[in-house]
Amino acid sequence: MSTTFDKVAEIIAETCDIPRENIKPESHAINDLEIDSLDFLDIAFAIDKAFGIKLPLEQWTQEVNDGKATTDQYFVLKNLCERIDELIAAKGA
Amino acid sequence: MRLEYFQMVDRFVDVDIGERVARAICTVPKESTVFEGHFPGYPLMPGVLLIECMAQTTGWLVSALTGFTGLPALAGVKEAKIRSAAFPGDVLEVEGRVVHEGSGYAMGEAKIACRGAAVCDAKLTYRIIPYPSAELRAGLWEWAERINFPAKEFAK
Repeated sequence: MSTTFDKVAEIIAETCDIPRENIKPESHAINDLEIDSLDFLDIAFAIDKAFGIKLPLEQWTQEVNDGKATTDQYFVLKNLCERIDELIAAKGA
Repeated sequence: MRLEYFQMVDRFVDVDIGERVARAICTVPKESTVFEGHFPGYPLMPGVLLIECMAQTTGWLVSALTGFTGLPALAGVKEAKIRSAAFPGDVLEVEGRVVHEGSGYAMGEAKIACRGAAVCDAKLTYRIIPYPSAELRAGLWEWAERINFPAKEFAK
């Protein structure tokens, strides 16, 4: 059974044409993989569909802009996957 | 179609929020300076303006689904296909569909038909951005009324 990270990495590889082997749990989507905000919308769309959730991008952006969070918390892939797992769990609760 | 104002939709004929689909009529004007250049002696509706017709039709639907809480700015056009030509006087039947409403963005699909034939289709991405001014949002109601869009029903 594939993990959340495996699915997310597949989505990123396919959406952004990035070699799968370059996508690591420690990769930062923006700083390391150079995914821009528009491409990230395509990734968010695919993640929303694949997991049946709605990534709260507006809230995350606001938190980063307000200095209440760092981009690492949401855009380092292992952290992103944790957030996804939390959203899935909240959905099932 | 008010081509000189870039307001492409003449009127909505159906807005089904449950099905997330809206249908509108966009009539290509019989005369416009656009056709003097595109092309001399062969007036043809530019493909980018067909895409704008789809973008505006679907954009109004995105606005309704998001309660007019922000402006749906066109951010992406994918797989746009111009399948047949549109000419001055043509009545375009535009259908916009929202396939996903995310956080701060929406994904749509749209198509245009004319005289029973497919004209074009595309997948559209919108970013929902804050209204740049209260005046812009307030002006939407009058605009919506002119094109028969039930905006106030959906405004939050």
